[in-house]
Amino acid sequence: MDMTNPTIGQAAAIAVVGICFVFAVLVLILIIVKIFSSIFAGVKKTAKTEVPAPVAAAPAAAAAPALAKGSCGDFKLHDVEPKQAAMVMAIVADKMQTPLNELRFKSIKKVESEEK
Amino acid sequence: MNIGEVLLNLWETSGLYGLFAGFNWQSMVMIVIACVLLYLGIVKQFEPLLLIGIAFGMLLTNLPFSGVYNPELWLLTEEVTHIDYGRVLHEGGLIDMLYLGVKLGIYPSLIFIGVGAMTDFGPLISNPKSLLLGAAAQLGIFTAFLAAILLGFNGPEAASIGIIGGADGPTAIWLTKELAPNLLAPIAVAAYSYMALIPMIQPPFMKLLTTQKERMVKMEQLRTVTKTEKICFPIMITIVTCLILPSVAPLLGCLMFGNLLTECGVTKRLSSTVQNELMNIVTIFLSLSVGATAVGYYEVDGKGYGFLSLQTIYIIILGLCAFCLSTVGGLLIGKLMYALSGGKINPLIGSAGVSAVPMAARVSQNVGSKYNPTNFLLMHAMGPNVAGVIGSAVAAGFLLAVFGG
Repeated sequence: MDMTNPTIGQAAAIAVVGICFVFAVLVLILIIVKIFSSIFAGVKKTAKTEVPAPVAAAPAAAAAPALAKGSCGDFKLHDVEPKQAAMVMAIVADKMQTPLNELRFKSIKKVESEEK
Repeated sequence: MNIGEVLLNLWETSGLYGLFAGFNWQSMVMIVIACVLLYLGIVKQFEPLLLIGIAFGMLLTNLPFSGVYNPELWLLTEEVTHIDYGRVLHEGGLIDMLYLGVKLGIYPSLIFIGVGAMTDFGPLISNPKSLLLGAAAQLGIFTAFLAAILLGFNGPEAASIGIIGGADGPTAIWLTKELAPNLLAPIAVAAYSYMALIPMIQPPFMKLLTTQKERMVKMEQLRTVTKTEKICFPIMITIVTCLILPSVAPLLGCLMFGNLLTECGVTKRLSSTVQNELMNIVTIFLSLSVGATAVGYYEVDGKGYGFLSLQTIYIIILGLCAFCLSTVGGLLIGKLMYALSGGKINPLIGSAGVSAVPMAARVSQNVGSKYNPTNFLLMHAMGPNVAGVIGSAVAAGFLLAVFGG
């Protein structure tokens, strides 16, 4: 087949095969990523179960603070609105020059400042 | 030599003389276009890091007698099928030297190292379905290829024009250098200009193809990706893609190398250098030299050539169509994923499947937050965005495998 001057039919066939090929390669990568992720998740789970559980759980606080969705796991908010918490997290990530999803926040607590 | 001769000589070597003596409207038009692009870059801030360099290169090269770039040294015709690099080194101007990096395919790979180092593949690893959006957004490449064949371009030229739809300047340069070096100037200018103009081109399609309800969808938080996954990813992708398509090694290999420098955590100095110094230097060289190739008019052996030709207009139009269709392809698959996921996926992230990183993702974020100010789509859009980089490189590798032999 003369690839330098393909006919319209040949060009259409190349275009169809081309887009299918791109999909096929990316789907293959998708599958590999999924397999790798499940392997890593399995390894992580095994490592977690091997860690001995704490002897006695601390008694739950009378009014436990609500859990908030963090970028890296959940964390506790003490008298802080989710919006304010998002801002604090963004500022910390910016100052530390570290992507937000690499930071683990445990809790964010509102500290009352003394009036001068 | 008397003072009159000195003054005459001074006058005849001045740009003003060149402007009047060798007047051509094409160069004037290019100077006006360069000024418009400078305005868009400086005032409207459309990707100024790229656009200002391109526009300034365009301005410099169209000013008479500037001598910074000599298009006749790079002209390929039926008689001249190879570039005389010795002549380029002897007679070339400053931008001719810088242009060597484009012509030899050095800058695209260096840019990819920098892009890789700056890219976080975390969103893609945590949501690998984004790869489908990245694949769909290559639709424009193949439709523009077909349209170019219909307009009379040959196979390799049509493939080079189609790749503009990938919205990936380095990939467009890399493929065109291999398949249709005679079209490098208009394709590079079109690819980079459209990348810079993403904030203008994409939003109308995003609004047209999505409903307000879809645009307001808040996506779930992405899962945490471990460091080991991030380190394994570039190694794995390099092995898989190079085994399937060895021709993409200069692009994807460099992209993944740059990413590994960042993710492995033991080469922070190198990562910092490629992200900052190397990237900035290559961007300056690339943007100036790409812009400088847009020479309005020049003559070689009495025959006129120039950027402003019917062929260039076709390329600009086809490139724009390719770009728009790629955006549409990503959005349509985004809509499909929205429907299949029960409304959990915001289709706006589909447009980020074109591989202009991170501009396309930023546009998804901006449009999404316009309709729902509490919506943060950026990280979700980065998944398809980096998938688009891989997708366009794979498409380029496919076209090279078909037409490069």
